[in-house]
Amino acid sequence: MMSSLVLPPGLILILGGLLLPWLAPRFRAAVAIGFPLLTLIMVWMVTPEHSMTLSFLEYELDILHLSSEGRVFATVFAMMAGIGALYALKHARTLELSAAFVYAGSAVGVTFCGDLISLFVFWEIMAIGSTLVLWANSPANKRAYGASMRYLLVHLLGGVVLMIGIAAHVAATGSIEFTAMKADSFGTILILIGFLINAGAPPFSAWIADAYPEASPSGTVFLSAFTTKTAVFALLMGFPGETILIYVGLYMVFYGIIYALLENDMRRILAYSIVNQVGFMVVAIGIGSELALNGATAHAFAHIIYKGLLLMSAGSVLLMTGKRKCTDLGGLFQSMPVTAVNGIIGALAISAVPLTSGFVTKSLETSAAAEAGMPWVWFMLVAASAGVFLHAGIKFPWFVFFQKDSGLRPPDPPWNMRLAMTIMSALCILIGVVPSIIYGILPYALDYEPYTVDHVVTQMQLLLFAGFAFFAMLALMKRTLTISLDFDWFYRKLMFGFIVWIKEHSPKFIGPAILGIKAFGQRRFDHLEEVHGPQGILARTWPSASMVLWVAVLLAAAMILHFFTV
Amino acid sequence: MISEHIPALQVVVPLLAAPICFMILNNRMAWLFATLVSWLSFAMAIMLVMEVKDGTVLRYEFGGWAPPWGIEYSVDILNAYVLLIVSGIAAVVFPYSWKSIQKEIPESHYRIYFTAMLLCLAGLLGMTITGDAFNLFVLLEISSLSSYTLISLGRDRRALTASFQYLIMGTIGATFILIGIGLLYALTGTLNMADLAVRIPPLEGSRTLEAAFAFLIVGFGLKLAMFPLHLWLPNAYAFAPSAVSAFIGSTATKVAIYALLRFLFTIFGTKFSFDYMQVHWLLMPLAVVSIMFASIVAVFQDGIKRLLAYSSVAQIGYMLLGISLVNVTGLTGTLLHLFNHALMKGGLFLTLGAVAYQIGNTRVKSVAGLGQAMPFTMGAFVVGALSLIGVPLTVGFISKWYLILATLEKGYWPLTVLILISSLIAVVYTWRIIETAYFQDRPADAPPVSEAPLSLLIPAWTLIAANLYFGINSSLSTELASSAATMLFGGNL
Repeated sequence: MMSSLVLPPGLILILGGLLLPWLAPRFRAAVAIGFPLLTLIMVWMVTPEHSMTLSFLEYELDILHLSSEGRVFATVFAMMAGIGALYALKHARTLELSAAFVYAGSAVGVTFCGDLISLFVFWEIMAIGSTLVLWANSPANKRAYGASMRYLLVHLLGGVVLMIGIAAHVAATGSIEFTAMKADSFGTILILIGFLINAGAPPFSAWIADAYPEASPSGTVFLSAFTTKTAVFALLMGFPGETILIYVGLYMVFYGIIYALLENDMRRILAYSIVNQVGFMVVAIGIGSELALNGATAHAFAHIIYKGLLLMSAGSVLLMTGKRKCTDLGGLFQSMPVTAVNGIIGALAISAVPLTSGFVTKSLETSAAAEAGMPWVWFMLVAASAGVFLHAGIKFPWFVFFQKDSGLRPPDPPWNMRLAMTIMSALCILIGVVPSIIYGILPYALDYEPYTVDHVVTQMQLLLFAGFAFFAMLALMKRTLTISLDFDWFYRKLMFGFIVWIKEHSPKFIGPAILGIKAFGQRRFDHLEEVHGPQGILARTWPSASMVLWVAVLLAAAMILHFFTV
Repeated sequence: MISEHIPALQVVVPLLAAPICFMILNNRMAWLFATLVSWLSFAMAIMLVMEVKDGTVLRYEFGGWAPPWGIEYSVDILNAYVLLIVSGIAAVVFPYSWKSIQKEIPESHYRIYFTAMLLCLAGLLGMTITGDAFNLFVLLEISSLSSYTLISLGRDRRALTASFQYLIMGTIGATFILIGIGLLYALTGTLNMADLAVRIPPLEGSRTLEAAFAFLIVGFGLKLAMFPLHLWLPNAYAFAPSAVSAFIGSTATKVAIYALLRFLFTIFGTKFSFDYMQVHWLLMPLAVVSIMFASIVAVFQDGIKRLLAYSSVAQIGYMLLGISLVNVTGLTGTLLHLFNHALMKGGLFLTLGAVAYQIGNTRVKSVAGLGQAMPFTMGAFVVGALSLIGVPLTVGFISKWYLILATLEKGYWPLTVLILISSLIAVVYTWRIIETAYFQDRPADAPPVSEAPLSLLIPAWTLIAANLYFGINSSLSTELASSAATMLFGGNL
C-alpha cells in the first residue's frame, strides 16, 4: 500500500537539506530538485485519515495533521523550494541551499502541525534556518553578518514571546491543540504577538526590509517565501476574525507602500512590498468571513510566486551587474530581455492586472471587505492597490529595465535562472487565466467569477490612473537616491542621530556635554565589566574568609526566616 | 541470590575496586579495570531503576542488623534516578579519561587518578543510596576528599589553590552537615532516615530542630554551590583536569541537591520545611540572583571552562528555583534538570577536554578557527550549547518547559520572564565561543590543528547525542522525574 508510506512532508525537505552538504556536486541538482518534488507529492498523498503522533513530555504531538489551508500553503512552499533551488543551483553556497531546505521544510512542517508545541519547534528551526540562509551571504556582502544577527535577535524575541504564550495557554487550558483561538487571555495574546512579529507587523515591520535585501540573490528568494507566509498561515488557523488584525493589516499595507515609494534599493523596494502584501492578507484574516479567508489563502499562494519571480528578476540584475540601487541601473532591457520580460510579468501580477494571478486572488479580499459591510476597509484596500501598482508594478521595472540608459550591458543570467523565472511567470499567467486551479483547492467552497466586466473595468481604470500618476510625477519619483528611515530607526539610530544632530546644530559648549554623555556610557559599560568581568566583584576569587561570612549570614537567615512569615 | 544484594554492591564494588586499582601497577590495566567497574556500576543502576520504577522501595540491611539500629540502604524511584545519572556519567567519563589525562596529568599520577575517581564515584553513589543520615555524611566525606585530590591534579598550579579553597569550604559545609545530623540525633536518638521522618513531626517548635534544619540547609547549600556559597566552584571546575571537570561538574552538585531534597522532603517533611521554616523564601531569592548574576558573569569570562562553571551556578539556580516553587511541576523541573544538566555540562566539558587535548588550553581566544579544523568537536559543542540555551529538541528545553509551567501555575510571571531572559543571556555567552570558533580565522602563526582522537570524540558525542535523544524522546527522564516528584510530595519513603 502506498498510502502507508506517508511521512510528514516537511521532514522530507529537512532531510534533503541535511543530506546536501555530504553529497558530491554531481548529485546536487538531483537532490535539490528531487526532494521538493517528493515533498510536493507527499503533500498531496496525505489524507485526513493519516496521522502521526509523537509523545513528548505528557503530550501527544500531531505532526501530520491535514487541513485544506495547510495543504495550499505546503504546496506553494514545496514549489518555491524546488524552483528556488533551481534558481540557486549554480551560484548559491551549499550552506545556503542546505539551510534553505531545512528552512522550507520546517515551514511545510508548520502547515501540518496539529498542536502548538510542534508548531513552536518548527517555528524555531525556521528561525535558525533562515538566519543561516542570510548569514551564508556574509563572505560576499559585509552587511549580511550584521543583518543576520539583527534578524536572529528579532526572531529569538518572537520565539520567546510565542513560547511564553504557548506555555501560559497550555497552563490555562491544558490543551495543546492548535485551533482557532480568541486573543482574550494572557497566553493567546502573546501567541498572537508572536505570530505577528513573524508576519512583519508594527512595530516590528522593519526586520524584513533590513534583512532580506542583504541575502544572496537566491537567498532573498527563499527568505521572501516562507517566514511571513507561515505567519499568515498561523494567523489564519489561529485567529480568524480577530478584529484587531484589520487595523494591523491596514497599517502594514500603507507602511509598505510609503516606504517602498521612498526606497532606492531595488530589493528593498520589493521587501517593503512584502509587508504591504502580507498586510492585505492580515486584513482579510481580520475580516474572517469565508470569502476573506479564501482570499487570504489564495493571495498568499499567488503572492509567494510573483514576489519570488520579482526577486529572482532583481537578483539576476544584482548578480550580473553587482549594483542594487535604482539610480545606478536603467536600460537593462536591451541586454537582459529574458530577465526584463519576466520581471514585468511579475510586476503585472503584483499589480493585479487582469489575466494574472494577482487579479484573480486579490479581488477576493477586496470583495470580502465589501461583502462584510466594511466600506472604509474596502476603500482603503482599493486605494492601496493603486499604491501597489505605483511602487512595485511600475517603479521597479521602469527604473531597472527602462528609464535612462545606465550604459550597463550585462547578459541574461545562466540558463537555470532563466528557466526558474520562466516557470514562475508561466504559473502567474496560468493561475490568472485558469483561476479554477487555485479556487479548487481553497478551504471553503467558492462561487466567484473574477472576470466580470465590472471587475475588469474597475481594475483597469484604477491601474491606468495610477500609471498616469506615476509618469506625471516622474520627476518626484526619480529623486530617490535616499535612505529612508524606518521604525527601526527609533531603536537603532535615534540616540546616535540625536547626538549628531545636537553636535551639528548647537553652539560649541554642548560638545563637552556630549563627550560627557559618551564617557558616562563608557563608564556604565566599564562598570558592568568591572562587576562581572574576570576580576569583577562577582567573579574574582574571593578569600575563603569572606565565604565563611556568607555562610554565617545564610545560617542566620535560615534560622530566623520563620519568624517573619506566619 | 546476587540480585538482592545489588543495592549494597552498587557502592561496595567501586569502593573495593579503588584500593585494588591502586595496586595494579600497569597504568593501562588500572584504567581498563576502573572503566569496567564504572560500567558495572551503570549496569547495576539500570537494574535498580528497572526494579523500583513501579514505585516499590528496595531495602537492604547491612550485616543483618535491622534498622533503625543497623545501617540501611533504601532505594526508591528518586535515588535510583540519581544513581542512574551519576553512574551513567561515570561510564562515559572513565573510558574518556585515558586519552585525556595523558596531556594533563603526569604519568606517575595515573593510578592515583583512577583510584580517586573510583572513590569519588563510590562516595557519590553511597550518598545517594544510603538510608542512614550519618552514613550519608561519611560517604559525603569520601567523595569530597577524593574530589579535592582530583582537582589538585590539574596541571595549572592554580589548581592547588582552587583545590585547597574547595577543601576549606567543603569541610565547613561537611561540618555544618555533621552538626545538623548531630542535633537531629540528640533530639531523636536515631540516624535512620525513615525513622527520623517519623520522629520529627511531633517535635515542631523545638529550637534544636530549627537549628539542625538551618545547619543542614547551609551545609548542603555549600556543597551544591548555592549562591553566594558558590565561590569555590568556578576555580575548582576551571583548573581541574578536563575529565574531572566533566565528572564532578555533572555529578557532585547533583548529588548534593539530591541530599537537600531528601532532607527537605523526606526527613523534615514538606510541612516543616516549607510551611513552618519557610525555606522557599530563602531559596527563591538566592535562585533568582544566581540565575541572573552567574549568567551575566559568564558572559565576561575569558576561559571557557570558567564560563561553563558560572553557567553551572546559574543552572543550579534553576534547580533551586524549581524547589522553591513548592509544587509538583516545579520539583519535576528540578529533577529533570538534574538529569539534563548532567548531560549537557558533561557533554560540553568532555568536548572542551578534546579541545584542550589538541591545542593545550581552553581560552575563548584560542578556539578561533577551530570550526574548520575540528568540525566534530566543535559540532558537539554547538549542540551542547543549544541544549544549554534550551532550544527545542534538546534536553534543555524539557526542563525549562517544566520550570516555566511551574512558575505559570503559581502565577509568578516575573520568574517566567527571568528564566527566558537568562536563556537569552545563555545565547550570548555560548555565541561568543561559537562565533570565535566559526567566524574567526586561526592566527597565522598558530600551529596546525587536527581533529581530536576518536577515543575522546566518542564519549563526548555519546553525551551530546543523549542531549538530543532525551530531548526528543523524553519519556524515560520525565516519567522518572515526575513520579519521584509526586512521591516526594506524597511523603512516603
